Amino acid sequence: MVASSAAPVVVAEELTRTFGDLTAVDRLTFAVPRDQVFGLIGPNGAGKTTTIKMLTTLLHPSDGHARVAGYDIAKEPGEVRRRIGYVPQLISADAQVTGYENLWVVGGLYGIPRAERGPRIREALELLGLAAFGDELVRNYSGGMIRRLEIASALLHRPEVLFLDEPTVGLDPVAREAVWEQIDLLKRRFGTAIVLTTHYMEEADRLCERVGVMHQGKFVAVGSPAELKAGLGQPGATLQDVFRRYAGEEVELSGAYREAGRTRRVAARLE
Amino acid sequence: MSPPASSESRLVAPLARTGSGEIAEVVGQVATIVGYEARKLRHDPTELLLRAIQPALWLVVFGSAFTAIHAIPTGALTYLQFLTPGILAQSVLFIAIFYGIASIRERELGIIIKFLVSPARRAILVGGRALSASLRGLSQAVVVLLLATALSVHLRITVPSVAGVIVAVILGSALFSTLSMVIASLVRTQERFLGIGQLLTMPLFFASNAIYPITIMPRWLRPFAYANPLTYLVDALRNLTTPQGTVLFPLWVDLTVLLGVTLGLILLCAGLYPRMAQ
Repeated sequence: MVASSAAPVVVAEELTRTFGDLTAVDRLTFAVPRDQVFGLIGPNGAGKTTTIKMLTTLLHPSDGHARVAGYDIAKEPGEVRRRIGYVPQLISADAQVTGYENLWVVGGLYGIPRAERGPRIREALELLGLAAFGDELVRNYSGGMIRRLEIASALLHRPEVLFLDEPTVGLDPVAREAVWEQIDLLKRRFGTAIVLTTHYMEEADRLCERVGVMHQGKFVAVGSPAELKAGLGQPGATLQDVFRRYAGEEVELSGAYREAGRTRRVAARLE
Repeated sequence: MSPPASSESRLVAPLARTGSGEIAEVVGQVATIVGYEARKLRHDPTELLLRAIQPALWLVVFGSAFTAIHAIPTGALTYLQFLTPGILAQSVLFIAIFYGIASIRERELGIIIKFLVSPARRAILVGGRALSASLRGLSQAVVVLLLATALSVHLRITVPSVAGVIVAVILGSALFSTLSMVIASLVRTQERFLGIGQLLTMPLFFASNAIYPITIMPRWLRPFAYANPLTYLVDALRNLTTPQGTVLFPLWVDLTVLLGVTLGLILLCAGLYPRMAQ
């Protein structure tokens, strides 16, 4: 692995978010350099999505701070938003219009001039293997195509950091593999830093240079998948074993119903 | 290891932004949002067609009946002349007040996050959507004015009056659709939103000068009518399209009130809008 000498593009220091009495994210500190995929893994309610929402400026931190692409998320959210792409867990593509039109509105909001917008949209559709479906209504897309369209949309303004929240939830194995290949390609070809959340250990193992295991808002372990597995001291350990060791078998109950409902809704829509 | 990325293919190239480009960028963002709404309507114009039925019923059934019985004092105007601007304003209200349901749907699905995570300012997102809602309102203006022509209602139709109607309908649509988006940011479910929308439309409609003059209202109701933005929309449309009389204020007062309330609501809604991502 090549050691990245560039300054980290995401730096979180003691990042904290509370909701009333609940501390959803508890003094999280980590950094992500360019060309790397950082994975947040953990059970439902561990604070993964809350972390992503803070880093994408959708949620104010209660305490601590973070810099993304060189800008403070709380003080300069507009500058941060200009430089990041975000594919939320929920579905951000609009089914009522075509794939091309979905990208067209995003390009306009990022101030990509009209003359440049068309070529960039075609390039993004091409990159994600959707070139033939640009004029099709998104209503008729498969789940894998919707996710790929959302990634295309998040890449249109050429972000320095891409945030992916559960990028393959609800996808069948073939579509999941296709999304993984696209993520690999982005990292290799463009050097985009990627922060993703997942609760598929296989996905974290396959994609991430470093993984932070979250439990009740805190990191209980951070390292490369190989380091984490070696740390267990048992031969043939998988990330699943790491996850079990640190997060335990118990599942956070609060909010589990809501989150389960949400995940299933997303899954149902993607099928 | 993969070959190193060539410099031109690196994605890390954020768009440069200059001070003078900022206004152009804002205009471009608003144009994008309005254009997006136009495309959505083009893909599915069902709502616009269905919405044409209600004003037709009001004008053809209610208007014709009340014209015949001379029950409502409308000065020098026939009742249909008096009623037509009122029904146009009512149609604008009815189509705009439920506009926020799109925001609730977008929030449930997640589509709204695409807008909130973009660099566009919140007030631009809200203002752009308010203007988008005007496209629906303008479709109602076309329907009502065509109906009025078919019923041979004598209205003042000149280039300046039509231009004025367009401005008033845009302002009215923006006002009530922003009010609708404010409600949508405060309630979480479509059911509650629809309940509140229903609860609002009838008082706004009846406590206005849309179908009868304020002078025939009970005294206690009149202050509500004067505090009701719909009254100013009706009054502006009457100023513009009826030959004479039966207006409350000069046109500039009506338009200033509509503009002021709209801008206030846009700022309020821009403050509430980020709740949509939580």
